[in-house]
Amino acid sequence: MTLKNGVLDPQGKAIGHSLNRLGFPEVGDVRQGKYIELELAETDAAKAKARLEDMCKKLLANTVIENYSIELVG
Amino acid sequence: MKAAVLVFPGSNREGDVAQAIELVTGRRPTMVWHGDGDFEKVDLIVVPGGFSYGDYLRCGAMAAQSPVMAEVKKRAAQGVPVLGICNGFQIVTEAGLLPGTLMRNSHLKFVCADVHLKVETSQSLFTNRYQAGQVIKVPVAHAEGNYFADADTMKRLEDRGQIAFRYCSPEGAVDGSGNPNGSSSNIAGVFNETKTVLGLMPHPENAVEPMFGGTDGKGLFEGMVEALS
Repeated sequence: MTLKNGVLDPQGKAIGHSLNRLGFPEVGDVRQGKYIELELAETDAAKAKARLEDMCKKLLANTVIENYSIELVG
Repeated sequence: MKAAVLVFPGSNREGDVAQAIELVTGRRPTMVWHGDGDFEKVDLIVVPGGFSYGDYLRCGAMAAQSPVMAEVKKRAAQGVPVLGICNGFQIVTEAGLLPGTLMRNSHLKFVCADVHLKVETSQSLFTNRYQAGQVIKVPVAHAEGNYFADADTMKRLEDRGQIAFRYCSPEGAVDGSGNPNGSSSNIAGVFNETKTVLGLMPHPENAVEPMFGGTDGKGLFEGMVEALS
């Protein structure tokens, strides 16, 4: 989950400032996100993806401010 | 006026709001546990402040999916008034009863202070005891009160008069000086389209007794009693 473009990310800004202060002047805009790992019983990739989309929309992401992307591993 | 106050694991202002309601109605509200899918018929549902489910994932995200909120959504659709305060505001936005969302305060700090609010309209069951433009003083206590909605939603809120309260200076100037958290357009509270749902970050329930720093929040409860009794 990452914040959508245009949504102010004060935490990302604070991280950017700290990195600049620590001697990383090349760091510009910083966006902070969230990473969630789920174990699924489903073995069909297409079905798993559809279920995950539903989970993201219903609970895992707030689509007012966040984008999400899904990666299947295993 | 018969009221219900919801209680989630981690709620902590349910007692304060129950007290404020009892003060103006003489009647103790029903406390409803989050796991209850059904509860008695009431004139008002209050979603109180606190840290429901430890604020895990996002503030209000878990609570918005609890059994009791499914029932609240059903009743709100039938026109039963819902008041969400602080974490309750976060919960009702996560539940889709109000537009927008509450983000981390722009300065990243928890803010616990008295703030001034400009009442935007007296034309609602929640604000009928106030005058439009009136400045009231009530406390806030939150880390995620920074109201955000996309540009289209903001325009719609303004055009339809859905903004209930804005942070302001003691003199009533709506500018950066009175904004405690970076909220868009200084928004402290919003209505749904029919003005039967109100969400606000400040705590009017903590400004109802003179010995606790003022009574400016009392009008909200008195107004509801007048409208709903």
